Amino acid sequence: MADRPQPLGVMAWAGMGALAVVLALTLSPVIAIAALGRDGFDLRPTDWAAIRFTLVQALLSTVLSLAMAVPLARAVARRTFWGRRLFVALMGAPFILPVIVAVFGLISAFGHNGLIAQILRPFGMGMPEIYGLHGVVLAHMFFNLPLAARLILQAWQDVPQERVRLAQSLGLGRAAFFRHIEWQILRNTLPPAFVIIFLLCCSSFAVALILGGGPRATTIELAIYQAFRFEFDLGRAASLAAIQALLCLFLGGIALRWTHPRNPLGTGLDRPLALPRGGRVAAAFDGLVIILAGLFLILPLTRIVWLGLPHLMDLPNQVWEAALRSLVMALCSTALCVCLSLFIALALIRLKSAPYLEAICLLALVISPLALGTGWFLMLRPITNPISWALPVTVLVNALMALPFVLRALLPALREADASQARLAMALGLKGWQRVRHAYLPRVIRPLGFGAGLAAALSMGDLGVIALFAAPDHGTLPLEMMRLMGAYRMQEAQGAATVLLGLSLSVYWIFDRGGHIYA
Amino acid sequence: MLELRNIVYRTTSFTLRANLSIGRGEKVAVMGQSGAGKSTVLGLVGGFIAPDEGQIIFAGRDLTQTDPAARPCAILFQDSNLFPHLNLRENLRLAVSSTQKRNAQTDDQIALALDKVGLAGLEDRHPASLSGGQQSRAGIARVLLQDRPVLLMDEPFAALDPARKREMGALIAALCEELGLTLLLATHDFNDAERICDRVILLEGGELMTDCPIKGLRKTAPDALKPWL
Amino acid sequence: MKHTIIAAGMSLAAGAALADVPVLHVYTYDSFMADWGPGPQVERAFEETCGCDLQFIGAGDGAALLARLQLEGTRSAADIVLGLDTNLMHSARETGLFVPHGITPSNLTLPIDWQDPEFLPFDWGYFAFVHHTDLANPPRSFEDLAASDLRILIQDPRSSTPGLGLVYWIEAAYGAEAARIWDGLSDNIVTVTPGWSEAYGLFLEGEADMVLSYSTSPAYHLIAEEDDSKTAAAFAEGHYMQIEIAGITAASDQPALAKAFLEFMLSPAFQSAIPTGNWMYPAALPSSTLPAGFDGLIVPETVLHFSAEEAADRRDAAIETWQTALSR
Repeated sequence: MADRPQPLGVMAWAGMGALAVVLALTLSPVIAIAALGRDGFDLRPTDWAAIRFTLVQALLSTVLSLAMAVPLARAVARRTFWGRRLFVALMGAPFILPVIVAVFGLISAFGHNGLIAQILRPFGMGMPEIYGLHGVVLAHMFFNLPLAARLILQAWQDVPQERVRLAQSLGLGRAAFFRHIEWQILRNTLPPAFVIIFLLCCSSFAVALILGGGPRATTIELAIYQAFRFEFDLGRAASLAAIQALLCLFLGGIALRWTHPRNPLGTGLDRPLALPRGGRVAAAFDGLVIILAGLFLILPLTRIVWLGLPHLMDLPNQVWEAALRSLVMALCSTALCVCLSLFIALALIRLKSAPYLEAICLLALVISPLALGTGWFLMLRPITNPISWALPVTVLVNALMALPFVLRALLPALREADASQARLAMALGLKGWQRVRHAYLPRVIRPLGFGAGLAAALSMGDLGVIALFAAPDHGTLPLEMMRLMGAYRMQEAQGAATVLLGLSLSVYWIFDRGGHIYA
Repeated sequence: MLELRNIVYRTTSFTLRANLSIGRGEKVAVMGQSGAGKSTVLGLVGGFIAPDEGQIIFAGRDLTQTDPAARPCAILFQDSNLFPHLNLRENLRLAVSSTQKRNAQTDDQIALALDKVGLAGLEDRHPASLSGGQQSRAGIARVLLQDRPVLLMDEPFAALDPARKREMGALIAALCEELGLTLLLATHDFNDAERICDRVILLEGGELMTDCPIKGLRKTAPDALKPWL
Repeated sequence: MKHTIIAAGMSLAAGAALADVPVLHVYTYDSFMADWGPGPQVERAFEETCGCDLQFIGAGDGAALLARLQLEGTRSAADIVLGLDTNLMHSARETGLFVPHGITPSNLTLPIDWQDPEFLPFDWGYFAFVHHTDLANPPRSFEDLAASDLRILIQDPRSSTPGLGLVYWIEAAYGAEAARIWDGLSDNIVTVTPGWSEAYGLFLEGEADMVLSYSTSPAYHLIAEEDDSKTAAAFAEGHYMQIEIAGITAASDQPALAKAFLEFMLSPAFQSAIPTGNWMYPAALPSSTLPAGFDGLIVPETVLHFSAEEAADRRDAAIETWQTALSR
């Protein structure tokens, strides 16, 4: 597309600068960790237990999520039912939910004393333990089952309708239909989905923090946190952070090789497909799958809101202060993330080596937040009291964590805009910011709005680095909620959860809507 | 012998109403803009969608509730006529038996069909390694093997260049003649229709506007058809 | 005498901070500073006389409290750390982040002698498993508990003083056999929480049959809630004693005020807030002053306790035993 050197000068340099900043921010902590561990890493048998638990829970969570996502995606693909659009939207929601709210919801719905247990009790039945492996896997399924289902549904959408009709016309039976249509979808979708979900489960922290804990249910991320906050063993924290970073880089490398630039959060998934529907048994099965999945997703959240709403008015001031702090931090982090990704994307579309740079950029960002936080901590500590830097570091890390998502949403649209508008812009003599403003922005504002919404929601609900650094009395809303849960002020925790949920969904919605200004 | 009796099919954008009778061996072009209901007519006949009202009759048999596979129809699309993960032989075996049973007789039939469409010896190739024209021919070979009296074609030539279009048109026309097929061809190109068909139907917003023989149409076309010529 | 010291501290502190009211930062655990804990009463009483602003900062339980101080090092805002115990005392001293308090306490009522240059005790108690009185066949020993299918909640010894206390309790009672006891207990444990509050909250919410707490915890329900449905199980092996301590940080910019606070900590104004605020035995009040409700509590026949040095020596190995047994 670029016939001759493009006079984008300033913007391209700004982009290269942004890329350099991102690389510096992500790689310097790695160096700090490596420097501390240069005398060899010190691992105890229990750290191996943490590594084992991390892999076991991730494997279980991933396999179960995928196993249930397959029938769910099929049911949604081939049925039309009232509320189908809403259901498909709901399947996208867990991604932007604050983890702590979802986990709290899961406890109050499926816990030993939760809603289901209360319903079952008169019949002499109970719910199994939610703490430990069960709970961690259940929570990971809550987040990843819908993600996997959306990935598979996306692949269903990509099957040409003609191919399905051909199969019908040829009279392919159930087994042959599975082999020639469905298996082809799954064969291409499941491996990358497996790697992505496995990676997400390996680096999830908040779930393990709340539902795990004891030596039996400690993930590497949690062990990093414990080495810091319980034992103040920087050497072990660094060793664990190095292992976590290596594991994530390895998985991320595979994921990058395997994944197509397909966005499971994309739109158009609510279009019903004309697929063979099978008989009554199939219909009943699909109905059951949809209802169960719907309940699984809806129950925890409605339960939290139901319990939390009555307490909104008498929440302590700390909660509102934390909410304000979180909101401001989310906005800062979003602004930073959007600027960085816009500049980087502008540079990437200009460069021949873009695919490699993009890969490096994404790989660096795969390093877990706690590993990054550990590195940052080690760098800050000789200079200042790191606790007093908790909020800025959190803003920074959150912006970095959202960057891959925003980049992935932005790049295809920007490439398209460049392909269609660059010549016109050149002919009109538009340069630098003017060109971005007139030629690109109107065409990428939608993915940018969507990306900003994601970044804001993710930052709003983040409970990662902040837990490592922050003083509880200057915490964010998720941290304050965690504190209230810890102090067993459940009603206030439920109220705070409702506020957090409302804020996360609102910031997402507002930014995403904002992307439609040219529409 | 193929009859659409008082058919009503409602979609969000239009309602298709059709009363149509097509004789054995008749070759009918279904024309209209996209969204006029061309594909819907083919879908109804092929059994991929069910009408809200009315019946579809073939040779005195009511097919309205019959499965696509049990209908006397073979279908040819613009593309996706082949499964990309199977080679030509495996694809064509499916046309003979959905269980893809291996037997020498089937393989002979496949070789014969491929020869007939000019793809002799390409059994082991995968669709991705064939040109667009070759893929269309392979689709025709599949139709041959399916051996159904009715052929439904949904814009089969839309992606081909004019020379290929002519070539394919001739091939289809010869085939229909040889096997006595009844043909429903959905197209928006009158040249395609003229090359193969002997009758034309024009749809607009789901309503049947014109139904007339194609011969001599260029001279005495009804007003509704004029813009299409 | 005490008042002169406080007054001296006040004037010194006031002089240092000029017109501003000096601020004394006390790092403590959440339940101490909670609305229903002793924190608010202590704060009110101290501020009446000190001419300062006493701020409690919740920094986690026991070891987490110490780790927080280590994280911040010499740049910490903390003047006082309140809520470590004798089990952590040696490690705390080793950090070099505490300075001698220079106080010779005269009115201590602890069951043991106290001589420590850096730390002073403010309360003490016995660890015990608390359960509902309607629990059938409450266990009489760790062996009983391990053999039962009772669901128990404990705290993480790496972050919480009760959690660490339990590890020493079993270590003191069983020595080399501790690993066997932990093996037996591991299938009874519902979850391991980072702090006492989480575990006790989960217990009250009905998530388990028993929770590791203190022999004095039932007094809270009895006195504050007029609820006699909770009790502590008396174990034949005896109970491990905890002594909670406080110390002045080397990072403090208000050393005189900090010293005044430690003096105040051993005075009746602070100590009287302990029994019905922290629900522990006060370290400097005679037992005759305890409110009714404390007399019905279990009192162990055998008291188990390690000295600070002994505890420090055994700590790594004991936690390793715990972790190994529980990670299976």
